[in-house]
Amino acid sequence: MEPLEDLVVDGNAIGGLLIEVFGTEMTTAVGTCGSCGMVAQVAELAVYRPGLGTVVRCRNCGNVLMVFVQARGVTCVDLRGLASLVS
Amino acid sequence: MAGTAVRGRLTWQTATVSSVADETARVRTITLSVPDWAGHRAGQHLDVRLTADDGYVAERSYSIASAPGEPLAITVERLDDGEVSPYLTEDLRPDDEIEIRGPIGGYFVWDPPGQAPLLLLAGGSGVVPLRAILRHRSRTGSSVPARLLYSARSLGEVIYQAELAQPADGVEVIYTLTREQPPGWSGYARRVDQPMVAEVAWPVARAPVAYACGPTNFVEAVAADLVALGYQPVKVKTERFGATGGG
Repeated sequence: MEPLEDLVVDGNAIGGLLIEVFGTEMTTAVGTCGSCGMVAQVAELAVYRPGLGTVVRCRNCGNVLMVFVQARGVTCVDLRGLASLVS
Repeated sequence: MAGTAVRGRLTWQTATVSSVADETARVRTITLSVPDWAGHRAGQHLDVRLTADDGYVAERSYSIASAPGEPLAITVERLDDGEVSPYLTEDLRPDDEIEIRGPIGGYFVWDPPGQAPLLLLAGGSGVVPLRAILRHRSRTGSSVPARLLYSARSLGEVIYQAELAQPADGVEVIYTLTREQPPGWSGYARRVDQPMVAEVAWPVARAPVAYACGPTNFVEAVAADLVALGYQPVKVKTERFGATGGG
């Protein structure tokens, strides 16, 4: 795995957002990448926050696993990059 | 604000500032009074939400600095171009109110009793959740040996300096001062690297558990060093806060 760049954080940083979306603590949930099959706890995933949303990527292959966009009190969630997410 | 927090749900709560205390020139600890606080685990964090007069909202996540059972506190580093931290570190006064939600996180936490020796690796204000872990260790009477390797630019930037100067039994605190050292300094004076991690880390045979928190490049480096030493990746808990801490 390539080291993460400076501006990237990890899944710990979005624990609050994830509780908002899923209704439960999710940083210890286990996700499986739909592209490479890498299995990791959400806390260990790479998190990019370019401003308007939150993008969560696989540490192994860079595949986009989750996208969250918030506007006017509504959170849009895209989980298509995940093969599974088990809390 | 009506209603009480529903268990398992995260609701914004009003916290009243009980006290503020400067840790360094740029870092302040803020103690909060929250009527419905559910309690927390050592290493967890909380979100702070500030709403401007025009309705603009900014949220940031901060590690909880206090041990479970102690008055809730966060320690905040001021980032000059931040949206939230300048307010928290310069303007906030006792009796002021802020909105918070938490506790948050189940990964970067330490619960006693635990038998594994603790290796704590802090880059800058990454020391905050590790301090909560050390205080919790002391308050619960744990005797697991603990080592804290703390990388700071200078002694003046060391947070909790007085507290860390008198560690509890079984706790060792090792500094590396990367930019400026006081006269006669005999400790480490460079960025954390593989030889330093190898010198400080518990032997793998003792089945230690490591917690690394700090800027992303710091955490990436020390986690890789520990795995190279033979630490199991699942025993190296990491929390990365980006380049600066995020604001």
